Amino acid sequence: MSEWIEIGDLEDVPRRGARCVGVPGLRLAVFRTQQDQVFAIENRCPHRGGPLSEGIVHGASVTCPLHNWAFDLETGRAQGADAGEVRTFAVRIVAGRIQLALGELMRVAAE
Amino acid sequence: MKEKLVIIGNGMAPGRMLERLFETDPDRYQVVIFNAEPRVNYDRIMLSPVLSGEKQFEDIIIHGDAWYIEHGITLYKGCKVERIDRETRTVHSVNGISETYDRLVIATGSVPFIIPVPGKDLAGVVTYRDLDDVHAMMLAAKSRGRAVVIGGGLLGLEAAAGLNDQGMDVTVVHIMPTLMERQLDAAAGYLLAEAVKARGIKLMTSANTRQIVGETRVTGVELADGTILPADMVVMAVGIRPNAALARDAGLAVNRGIVVDAQMRTSDPAIYALGECVEVEGQVFGLVAPLYDMAGILAAGLLGEPAEFVPVATATRLKVTGINLYSAGDFAEGEDREEIVLRDATAGVYKRLVLEHDRIVGAVLYGDTGDGAWYFDMLRKGTDTRPFRDTVIFGQAYQGGTPLDPMAAVAALPDDAEICGCNGVCKGKITGAIAGKALSSLDAVRAHTKASASCGSCTHLVEQLLHLTLGDRYNPAAVQPICPCTGYGHDDVRRLIIAKALKSIPAIMQELEWRTSCGCAKCRPALNYYLLADWPGEYVDDSQSRFINERVHANIQKDGTYSVVPRMWGGVTSPRELRAIADVADRFAIPAIKVTGGQRIDLLGVKKQDLPAVWADLNAAGMVSGAAYAKGLRTVKTCVGSDWCRFGTQDSTGFGIRLERFMWGSWTPAKVKLAVSGCPRNCAEATCKDIGVICVESGYDIHFAGAAGLEIRGTELLCHAGSEDEAFEIVVALTQLYREQGRYLERIYKWAKRVGTGSIRAAVVEDRERRRHYFDRFAFSQRFAQIDPWQERVNGRDAHEFAALAEFGPPVAAQ
Ligand code: SRM
Ligand SMILES: Cc1cc2nc3c(=O)[nH]c(=O)nc-3n(C[C@H](O)[C@H](O)[C@H](O)COP(=O)(O)OP(=O)(O)OC[C@H]3O[C@@H](n4cnc5c(N)ncnc54)[C@H](O)[C@@H]3O)c2cc1C
Ligand code: SF4
Ligand code: FES
Repeated sequence: MSEWIEIGDLEDVPRRGARCVGVPGLRLAVFRTQQDQVFAIENRCPHRGGPLSEGIVHGASVTCPLHNWAFDLETGRAQGADAGEVRTFAVRIVAGRIQLALGELMRVAAE
Repeated sequence: MKEKLVIIGNGMAPGRMLERLFETDPDRYQVVIFNAEPRVNYDRIMLSPVLSGEKQFEDIIIHGDAWYIEHGITLYKGCKVERIDRETRTVHSVNGISETYDRLVIATGSVPFIIPVPGKDLAGVVTYRDLDDVHAMMLAAKSRGRAVVIGGGLLGLEAAAGLNDQGMDVTVVHIMPTLMERQLDAAAGYLLAEAVKARGIKLMTSANTRQIVGETRVTGVELADGTILPADMVVMAVGIRPNAALARDAGLAVNRGIVVDAQMRTSDPAIYALGECVEVEGQVFGLVAPLYDMAGILAAGLLGEPAEFVPVATATRLKVTGINLYSAGDFAEGEDREEIVLRDATAGVYKRLVLEHDRIVGAVLYGDTGDGAWYFDMLRKGTDTRPFRDTVIFGQAYQGGTPLDPMAAVAALPDDAEICGCNGVCKGKITGAIAGKALSSLDAVRAHTKASASCGSCTHLVEQLLHLTLGDRYNPAAVQPICPCTGYGHDDVRRLIIAKALKSIPAIMQELEWRTSCGCAKCRPALNYYLLADWPGEYVDDSQSRFINERVHANIQKDGTYSVVPRMWGGVTSPRELRAIADVADRFAIPAIKVTGGQRIDLLGVKKQDLPAVWADLNAAGMVSGAAYAKGLRTVKTCVGSDWCRFGTQDSTGFGIRLERFMWGSWTPAKVKLAVSGCPRNCAEATCKDIGVICVESGYDIHFAGAAGLEIRGTELLCHAGSEDEAFEIVVALTQLYREQGRYLERIYKWAKRVGTGSIRAAVVEDRERRRHYFDRFAFSQRFAQIDPWQERVNGRDAHEFAALAEFGPPVAAQ
């Protein structure tokens, strides 16, 4: 069974927005959509490393602020004509609190 | 390490080659391009519509700057290569830049042929090859003088038609009895000559040029029979020669062009060549279709999958609006050749097919070119025409007794019939993309298939295919929608926002039936601006619909840090401000301080979490955000004016500061930059700004619609104002008119071009009352806009932007 770690309140992340989460060795961001879905992905665009947390969130996608690649938050895959992928992480909401799977985070951070 | 691919020449052929290369393997090569022309890759074929004024340069760009950035290409613009050193594998340019290569591609195109007559070097003699030539012609055309075009081929006629459209008095001098004799037979040549003359262009056929006359500038052209044609400009359009000098000097095999094999390899295994500069099996090329084939072959070769180039027949169309002319293949008469001709004098139609052993080898169509693709398809396939020999000349619609339906010809084409010759796109690929990718506009088809994206002469065929595939769902007159989330264009949305009193993004999306749940990165910022501009004081800005820079009021940099630019009113500063800037840079270890091109200071490399504290210090010294990130008022540049300058006529500094103090904080469709110069010497560069004022003894000349970025454009004079107050009111009213009419991201110069200077002048110059209304509306909206966004954030607004949601130190993660 994986262990979950709480990182904050759902309300701390703006709708159609994102917040960064500091984990040593990893750039991570948590996104919240208009419909209150939550996703966690690596905060690093595969194109030129743009901070995806700063992009515009639409539907379950985000558009990178540096050169406008758009990513599906669920799969991490680039949309349209661009090819690339960001790593996604398991995340869940329990009683309005956002939780990340700790084991997975530690494994990736240690890579 | 990636292999390094250096390309000399940035024309259509290598551009296509790179597209093919990147489609398969974007990371294989590090690409460096040298281009003698100081610009990106554009559609050379479309220079004639630019010359005639039907298109702008930006409409014909193939790869914008962003494309090069995206693919990590180094493009040296205006950088002509003068030498290739094959031993050290290095190319050297005239401006001293050198690059080594692993593989080299030469794509230097052609040079116009200049007939060696006396006077050929006089000022006013131009060729027709690139944008500079077009600009030179357009400039000359401004004087509405006389032009002589030497050469009655495709290029010469397009130049003549363009110059005629620009208002010049044009004569075409052609050495042969028939125009375009290489593509046309005498009958079609005659019809063409009549059509050309009907436009007011004079024609001299069988005319040989003896010399060009003039002292320092051209004054005329003297023909072999002694006739002198007066001229202020002479365009030489007599043909092209492969541009092979560079390759020859490097010791590569060169005949007429650079000799390459079917895989585009020159005599040096590390060097390839393609485009108009090459010669394959003794043939040279002057149309893009075969060059694009070469591009595919070379890309495959560079990817290690060799293919072979086979030259095929090409078709030609004359791109002069109103003249329909199509020619393909070979139509010389011969022993075993027969021809079928159809003439309809009243309709001005002429069609001729040349057959050899019952197969079409040549086709000339004048007046009605609708069947060109059908004939060309049969020509390429060698179709036996015996079964329908009697009716073939009437066109495809007549075959099999089908009724005359304008769509029938296209409908009956087989799927593998070529529609777009330039890009080698067949019918099946287009209809497949329309159906498979749910395309509904010409632009979408162009983007996905490239069909009709080059010379555009197959546009009507592509439109017919859209119509055939989509039926009534295809609406050719449809305006360009804002983005795929909606069918409405910007202007419709703006109108409906007012008409239906829509006051929020969700309201717009609901009422106007947006197709996505919450829009996209393209429509949301536009809607947010429209609402802000249309409902001042009522609409609450939606920060999540703003691009990051406007959301956090600083400019994001490539490494994710930010830059901070405080306002420096009219470019004037003080020891106190400078000290505060120096102190804040020290305190936060800001790595770079730069004077901007906008008369103020940029602090670069600020960490996001430090932004509020940096702003607090700047606020404390009285400075506010310079909005260097905003689609809003940016800078107001000034010169020292009458305060100090011995030529200053008015207080340009004071007036600039007055404008900036009144207008700062306003949001606009795209950025707005102003300048005020104290006299016509114009040291504040007011004549390339969105709005520029030039002070003169009698008052203020108000200019607008300039640009100096992606595009360079001198301003237009809007009007003269007698007093500073009047000038002030006009500048503000003009800005408000733009705020209400501009489409999101449309700079003032584009808006002005779209709506016309006349309508703008009528609204803010001629009608005092309307001007006052616009002024008042601007002033009202400023009540809600002039709140320093930095100060708001220093006071805690949007704090979540500047801190992480959670931080895990190493011990937590290592638990
Ligand atoms: C800082 C500065 C360069 C400098 O070091 O001098 C600059 C920096 C940028 N310019 Fe600029 N421009 C700067 C003066 C200019 C000027 C000159 C001027 O204003 O007199 C021009 C040409 C004039 C004009 O606007 O027509 C200019 C034309 C552009 C353009 C082309 C705009 C166009 O429509 O043609 C862009 C791209 C865009 O806006 O899409 C651009 C975009 C940018 C961006 C915002 C690129 C970006 O999207 O990140 C750069 C931000 C860097 C930063 O974070 O500070 N910058 N830029 C100048 C800031 C002036 C200021 O004080 O605010
Ligand atoms: C007005 C006009 C209308 C045309 N209409 C048609 C048409 O309707 N249909 C059609 O099929 N074709 C048409 N063409 C022809 C077509 O444009 C060319 O076949 C095509 O552009 C050639 O492509 P290219 O890449 O070989 O060379 P180009 O596009 O000519 O590019 C060569 C580039 O190399 C650069 N260069 C040269 N030497 C150096 C050097 N030493 N160092 C660095 N850079 C260098 C040049 O500045 C140039 O930008 C037309 C051409 C013109 C001029
Ligand atoms: S500052 Fe302007 S010109 Fe310089 S790199 Fe950035 S956008 Fe280009
Ligand atoms: S870094 Fe994200 S699109 Fe370029």
